[in-house]
Amino acid sequence: MKLNRKNKQSNEICTSSLPDIIFMLLIFFMVTTVMREFEGLDVILPRAKTIEKLESKRHTSYIWATKDGLVSVDDKIVQMNSLGELMYQKITNDPKLTVSLKSDQNSLMKTISDIHSELRKAQALKLNYSALTEK
Amino acid sequence: MLLKERRPAQEVNSSSMADIAFLLLIFFLVTTTISLDKGISLILPADGNELEVNKSNIVNILVNDQGQVLIDDNPGKIRDIKGLAIKRIKLNQNVIFSVLTTKRTKYKHYIQVLDQLKQAKATKISIANPNF
Repeated sequence: MKLNRKNKQSNEICTSSLPDIIFMLLIFFMVTTVMREFEGLDVILPRAKTIEKLESKRHTSYIWATKDGLVSVDDKIVQMNSLGELMYQKITNDPKLTVSLKSDQNSLMKTISDIHSELRKAQALKLNYSALTEK
Repeated sequence: MLLKERRPAQEVNSSSMADIAFLLLIFFLVTTTISLDKGISLILPADGNELEVNKSNIVNILVNDQGQVLIDDNPGKIRDIKGLAIKRIKLNQNVIFSVLTTKRTKYKHYIQVLDQLKQAKATKISIANPNF
């Protein structure tokens, strides 16, 4: 009688730890999710083939430039002559900073070269021209 | 008998816990944007740091506002730059590509030129300030 009872164990898989496993996954994604802080300006990025990935999102600052010559940093429209000052503050806070330039494909080089010289003034020399992969 | 009926098991039904957690998980899976920041990297020269370079080591690339290029005074197309750059690098390892644009050159043409140079594995790229 005793032996019989022992052999009659339920054949179900124990699912009591399933929520824990899923919660672990959930917490992982919660931690890694970066909610979009801002959308920036309305730009159509150019396309290129030799594309490199940016090293880390944390050490990246974005400059948006539209085809009308508007420049925005951190969701604020910035005048060209105060851009250098602003970037200088950023680079002193984070010396590893990479600047990602998100510019419209029809922007004029005047805007871009003005940004170049402001960045050089601010010693923010690591620059990445944001582009999409060519189809 | 009566006592037993009045005392059901005091457990909370946790079978739907997994479903709730799954829903949350799917929400975060969907909202997670894996960093799409890609582009052409470049290191700008420090301010006021001008070097004298031998003229024979320089290839001048002029891009006008129509997207036409002038490579060392020879007119050409943007897509020809890659082949030309590979040739010049083979001839001279220390060659510097100087990209000069006009103020009205479109950014996309400039990116295409940089892209071509990068495809040719050019490492020494100089960007001149447009004067006109």
